[in-house]
Amino acid sequence: MTPRKRTAFVLSVLCLLAALPWVANDYYTGLIVKIMIYGLFAMSLQLLVGGAGLVSLGHAAFFGAGAYATALLSPESASANFFWLIPCVLLASTAYAAVTGALSLRTRGIYFIMITLAFAQMAYYVFHDTQFGGGSDGIYLYFRPEWRVGDWTLLNIDDPHTFYLFVLATVASIWAFLSVLSRSRFGAALTGIRINEQRMRAAGYSTFAYKFVAYLLAAALAGIAGMLFAAKDGFVNPELLNWEQSGLVLLMVILGGSGNLWGALLGAFGLIALEELFQSEAIFGGMANHWHLTFGLTIIALVAVMPKGLAGFMNKLGHRAQPGPASRSSLPHTPQP
Amino acid sequence: MRKILISTALALSLGLACTSPANATVKVGFMLPYSGTYAKLGEAIENGFKLYIAEQGGKLAGQDIEYFKVDDESDPSKATENANRLIQRDKVDILVGTVHSGVALALAKAAKASNTTLIIPNAGADAITGPLCSKEIFRTSFTNWQPGYAMGEVAAKKGYKTAVTITWNYAAGKEATDGFKEGFEKGGGKVTKSLNLPFPKVEFQPLLTEIAAAKPDAVFTFFAGGGAVKFVKDYADAGLRQTIPLLGSGFLTDGTLDAQGAAAQGLLTTLHYADGLDNPKDKAFRASYIKTYPSIAPDVYAVQGYDAAQLLATGLDAVHGDAGKKAEMRAAMAGATIDSPRGTFKLSKAGNPIQDIYLREVHGTVNQVIGVAAKALADPARGCKL
Amino acid sequence: MDPVIFLIQCLNAVQYGLLLFLIASGLTLIFGIMGIINLAHGSFYMVGAYMAFALQPAVEHYLGGGFVATVAVCILLTTLLGYLLEWVFFSYLYTRDHLQQVLMTYGLILVFEELRSILVGNDVHGIAPPPWLSGSISLSDVMTYPVYRLFISAVCILVATALYLVLTRTRLGMKIRAGASNREMISSLGVNIKRLYRIVFAIGVALAALAGAIAAPVTSVYPGMGNAILIVSFVIVVIGGIGSIRGAFLAAMLVGFVATFGQVFFPQVAGMLVYLLMALILLFKPEGLFHQG
Repeated sequence: MTPRKRTAFVLSVLCLLAALPWVANDYYTGLIVKIMIYGLFAMSLQLLVGGAGLVSLGHAAFFGAGAYATALLSPESASANFFWLIPCVLLASTAYAAVTGALSLRTRGIYFIMITLAFAQMAYYVFHDTQFGGGSDGIYLYFRPEWRVGDWTLLNIDDPHTFYLFVLATVASIWAFLSVLSRSRFGAALTGIRINEQRMRAAGYSTFAYKFVAYLLAAALAGIAGMLFAAKDGFVNPELLNWEQSGLVLLMVILGGSGNLWGALLGAFGLIALEELFQSEAIFGGMANHWHLTFGLTIIALVAVMPKGLAGFMNKLGHRAQPGPASRSSLPHTPQP
Repeated sequence: MRKILISTALALSLGLACTSPANATVKVGFMLPYSGTYAKLGEAIENGFKLYIAEQGGKLAGQDIEYFKVDDESDPSKATENANRLIQRDKVDILVGTVHSGVALALAKAAKASNTTLIIPNAGADAITGPLCSKEIFRTSFTNWQPGYAMGEVAAKKGYKTAVTITWNYAAGKEATDGFKEGFEKGGGKVTKSLNLPFPKVEFQPLLTEIAAAKPDAVFTFFAGGGAVKFVKDYADAGLRQTIPLLGSGFLTDGTLDAQGAAAQGLLTTLHYADGLDNPKDKAFRASYIKTYPSIAPDVYAVQGYDAAQLLATGLDAVHGDAGKKAEMRAAMAGATIDSPRGTFKLSKAGNPIQDIYLREVHGTVNQVIGVAAKALADPARGCKL
Repeated sequence: MDPVIFLIQCLNAVQYGLLLFLIASGLTLIFGIMGIINLAHGSFYMVGAYMAFALQPAVEHYLGGGFVATVAVCILLTTLLGYLLEWVFFSYLYTRDHLQQVLMTYGLILVFEELRSILVGNDVHGIAPPPWLSGSISLSDVMTYPVYRLFISAVCILVATALYLVLTRTRLGMKIRAGASNREMISSLGVNIKRLYRIVFAIGVALAALAGAIAAPVTSVYPGMGNAILIVSFVIVVIGGIGSIRGAFLAAMLVGFVATFGQVFFPQVAGMLVYLLMALILLFKPEGLFHQG
């Protein structure tokens, strides 16, 4: 597809999405919001996995940090103000990322996976076992945050349609930002690090600094996704930080194809749609109660058949040749000794 | 261009297909655990509910009941979207759920936000009829505080001076042991140690050793399900059964006696239901339940589900089946007197049953009632502004 | 803390650690020899426990045996299961990278859990230890220690020793250790790598299932028991060094002590102490305590 056709396609998808709440019922609108939020979460992880080649199994910690920051900092009887809430959320997730990243990035491969898991589990237990975040039953967010200057409310997102458009706008702009980033020198450096870190170091790049910045950025974006999630349901729970959540978002990235950004969005859409599908009694009848079985088998089948994920599969279908190293290895590559 | 037109058409048709037609029956949505450790409880609640409807001839106030089910998997992180499936996708009139308190908190919020009536047939979180109480929310089960407080009074009356509490570090456990502490210390006792371990860990050995070292007059515990089975057995294996009496909230021995076997014999627990209750409603309920579900024994969860249906019936009768008249229906439900197998009860202003708490002792595979621990006990509903 | 109580807590820690070792040893073998991240390892633990529960009546009826016979049948069946599973499913995972293995074995966990739900149901079950192991030993004036827990420790030590002997004194063990160090080399030396992998996988599965079966009387048999043990097993494998049995043993002991004493002294943070331990060890020894190859 030529760049002009691609822009047209993207714009028309955005318009369709924007029109959706007026056409579909509340439940499916809510589902699309959830897909967008998880899509953002997955994109932030894709920056690490597909961009820098860092497989993290602890990304849910930053998602949860953002969600809990939103719930804990919002006053009980009024709306928080996005103007100060967003910086706080970013601070919360980046601060934790700075501490854990400085330590984790000293390891690589399977050990990096495990240490990110360890740090996520630690965060999980802080919220689950102590009274800091209200314990294992979770806490409420009583009022959705809004944009406010002084006493004047710029944008109130209580209305579901407004909230939908707000999430759509946020996710779309972050997607645009990440797109530009992947084409920048920073993105190219990350790709180089993913393919052969030693060579990049020999070329004079400070690879640790690049990886660290990528890690912080990914955490910050995951925190924003967490904030949107908290705003959507008004209920935050420690299970948002457990390893199964980290595994789920990793699944989305891999299933969608970790090679490119829209793979993450595709993966989020595909996984959540599959979950809905298999739980639907209308289609599966009694088997819907045992949807984990059909879901599990489908995951295995999909990975077996489409190792490069949905995006890779669709690329093959479209006979689209992607130039450059990004197409050859969409998966992390550790240099052989 | 064609791709764009086709995808637009698809999206529109998908959107239109997602709207559901209006209906004349009353829609009841069950949000219960149908998988995982609490699956049996979810089943029992649904069985009890449907039993009452069947006894009324399959209709309530002349209306057919249409059921919708969602498996909440006892997972609080998915709770809101599961609730929304019932509220927004299936557009139910009444929500019935759930077992796990964390899930119930999310369910309560979703119900309040969408002005849907919610009847809780198990989750005992104090907060739901406390600071989060609301006109839309009713409970036909208990608060975690009630059985704990009752046992505290019993323990003080028995002359125990010191006690150690042990439970999981989550809201249900804390509320039960806080209730015990309140009742026990009011009667002159003192809780010397409060042990807890993270939910749902079951490695009790180190804490049992601590109990042995502390040598209290009695131990009060709250565990449920698999944890209850293990704790009772571990307690006996550690030799503590002979030396330090174990008291528990009723969930310690409810539905777990087969697995616990000899280790549970003679244990004293408190709950708002028991085996061997001498009232005609219970006898009729049990006979009916066993006839309808021959391979399952009736338990407190079935009773709670049964009573949820009774409560709904009271509401629907008052509005002649028109579930759309929410305010009148809820007012009727708030003032209802439920003729329950556990005994008659009314609801407090916060929406929780004011009920007798029975003292039970394990005989064989039943929790035999041996007395009333607290009569017409109402949860203090601290923080409720109703 | 009273010295007697302290000793009892040490006993608790050792017993917990030994059980963890049994499970982790299978995982480290599979991970180290075949390079597969198998998230479904916890499911094998669950399979062992559920088998011990489900097969007990059948074993009693047809073979007249009791507990030991049931466990033996479990080991036999799960070894067979492991062998078949490797053949049918896991052998296709070698050529794939870690991410895909994570995904596919994650799918496998879901399949196992749901099959268990369909075949055996969702109830919690207790298993009574055999009568000749049901007693308790008096350790202090108030407390007794169950004989069965000592039995578990004894079995774990036995298996650990057997494992050590097999790995260091037999040809099979030699091939396994060589495979852990350098996979390509031994296949180029003419060892039938496919059969070796199958055997190692079957051993790994059998170890996890054995742990589940003998722990069942103590832990009860309940849905989700596999997931709870999975993460801890991975932590132990990583702390100990992937592929190292010695490392797994030491790591399991460490985790046993940290978990036990953590629960007693710092109940609020007990949950995260094990992860803190892992993070600390990885920071000083990025590839585990006894890194292989």
